[in-house]
Order: sequence, then C-alpha cells, then structure tokens
Amino acid sequence: MTPARAATLRWLAQRASAAVLAVCVLVHLATILYATRQGLSGAAMLSRAHASFVWPAFYAIFVVAVAVHAPLGLRTILDEWSGLRGRAVDVLLAAFALVLLAGGLRAVAVVTL
Amino acid sequence: MIAEPTLAVRIWRGRADGAWRDYAVPRRPAQTVLDVVTHVQRHLDPTLAYRFACRVGMCGSCAMTVNGRARWTCRTHVDAVAADDRLEIAPLSHLPIVRDLVVDMTRFFDKWAQAGGAFVPTASRRDDFAVIAPDSPARREVDAAIECIGCGVCYASCDVVGWKPDYLGPAALNRAWTLQNDARDGAHDERLRAVATDAGCYACHTHQSCTERCPKQLAPTASIAGLKRLAVRAALKGAL
Repeated sequence: MTPARAATLRWLAQRASAAVLAVCVLVHLATILYATRQGLSGAAMLSRAHASFVWPAFYAIFVVAVAVHAPLGLRTILDEWSGLRGRAVDVLLAAFALVLLAGGLRAVAVVTL
Repeated sequence: MIAEPTLAVRIWRGRADGAWRDYAVPRRPAQTVLDVVTHVQRHLDPTLAYRFACRVGMCGSCAMTVNGRARWTCRTHVDAVAADDRLEIAPLSHLPIVRDLVVDMTRFFDKWAQAGGAFVPTASRRDDFAVIAPDSPARREVDAAIECIGCGVCYASCDVVGWKPDYLGPAALNRAWTLQNDARDGAHDERLRAVATDAGCYACHTHQSCTERCPKQLAPTASIAGLKRLAVRAALKGAL
C-alpha cells in the first residue's frame, strides 16, 4: 500500500468512526438520563439490557468505533505534540486498539448477553 | 504650535535571539505599515532590514507580523490596525529570521515543490491552445484559488505549521489544488500522492486561520478540503 493510500484510509476511518460516535454518544447519554430519572435499579437495567439484541449490537458498534477512533486520534496528537511517529508508535497504537476492542466487547458481552 | 502626532512603533531587531527596539514615527494620513517601516529605515535607523518590492499588493514580499497578526504591510493602513497609535512589528512566524523583519522563505517555497507545485505540461508548442470553458466546475475551482501571491501570511498564521514543522502548509496545498483542477496538467496522480499524506492535507485541522488572514481573501482551507475529497475518491477507486 502506498503511504498516500494508507494516510487516506486512516483519515476516512477517523472521520467515519467520528460520525458513528456522534450518534452513539448521544444515544448513550440519553439512555443514562432515562435510566437514572426513571430510578431503575441495577437489576432492572440488566434485565432490559438482556431483553433485546439491540443493546449488545448498539454497544458493540460503539466499542468498534472507539477502538478505531481513539488510536488514530492519539497517533495525530503524539505526532504533533511530541514528534513521536514511526513504526514502533504504530505497533503500540495497534495494540492499544486491540486492548480497547477486547476490553470493550468483553464488557458489552458481560452486561448485555 | 501643535505637536506633530506620532506613532509609538516597536520593531523586532536581530535574529531569533534579538530584541524589541522602540521608535517614534510621525503619523500621516493614509499611512501604511510599510510606510512606517520605510520611515524608520530612511530617517531613524538605516541598519533596519526588511523586504518589499511592488508596494501595491502584488508581489507578496512585504508580509510581517503587525500587532500580533501576519499581514501584508503595503496594503495595511495604520488606521486599521493601530487604534491607540501603537504598532508592534515583527518578522513572520514559523520561518527562520535572517535579520530584523526579513525571514528565510526557503522552507516555505521548498514545500510548494514537495506538494507538486510545478505545472507539468501535456502539450507541446506545436499543439493548439487548450480550450477550457470559463464556467466549467474545474475552472471555477481554479479561479477561486489562483490569485495567491506567495506572501506567507497563511503559513505564518497556521497553528499546525507551528506544531508540525514538516506540514506542507496552506499555500503549497492551495497551489496543488489549483493544478489538480487544471485540465492541461499531466501530473494529477503523482501530485495527489504527494499531498495525501500525514504531512499534507490530512494534517489540516480546519482552524481556518489561513482563510481568515489571507490578504487575497482566498480560502486555502476549502482547497485542502478539496484535496481530501479527491484523495478519498481516488483511494476508494484503488487509484491512489
């Protein structure tokens, strides 16, 4: 892959994941507000989360978007603010993405499945 | 006798480790910042170094930092920028200072070359003139961006250039955009590969300082966004 193609796909992934996150964060916040205002108990929330495939699907998408977006953003920040760049940084960021993905999906599975 | 009104002018002297020096310059009607600098050099301190040529906003050589903002000094009236009759004049940011108000523009123009800023002809002198409709979409894109005078105001105003010194910057990318829309140019693919990089169009944060401060009212931010669109389209087609 040419450097230009790689940079373009990174940029596209960053913007696409940002668009997904914009929706996910709003839904997530609305869900928190609803749950706390309704005074739902932890057990009631868990039973609702288990009741539909929508919750695991929604939060799985949320986690994937975070795992794409955060390492790419961090990559830019490291480059601009500290000059850190190169293969070693990219490998570390890929590992960071995997940690986010694995930890996030595990949490989603525990709560919603 | 009424005392002649004066401007309190503070000018950067020396290199990066230089210092400010204060001058009192007579206030005149319709006076430009370049007039002020010229007065200092001709009447107060002949050792002052600064750069200018055309004095009418065409050559792009007289840009300086005036009261904290990069401006073209020949077309900047003192009235517009020195409400309290104070002027602070420094060399442009993000470029090495040669002396006083003169910066070394080498890095700035090298980046034009890196961004594929040279026109690559596809026709010879024996070919007929290219016919390009003035109202074609590509020609309109060129029209909107072509009047750059290479003054460096956008480059000096760009936060990202300050953070990331290898960033090509607004002027070079704006130039690349005009050539990507030029039907006569034969290096569209190579140029796109040169600008679609981490140090190229993707480094732009769309702060729009370049667009706000461009003395020619160009919008390099829009040109850079155009390059991103072209690159994404090419990448999705597998052409990049």
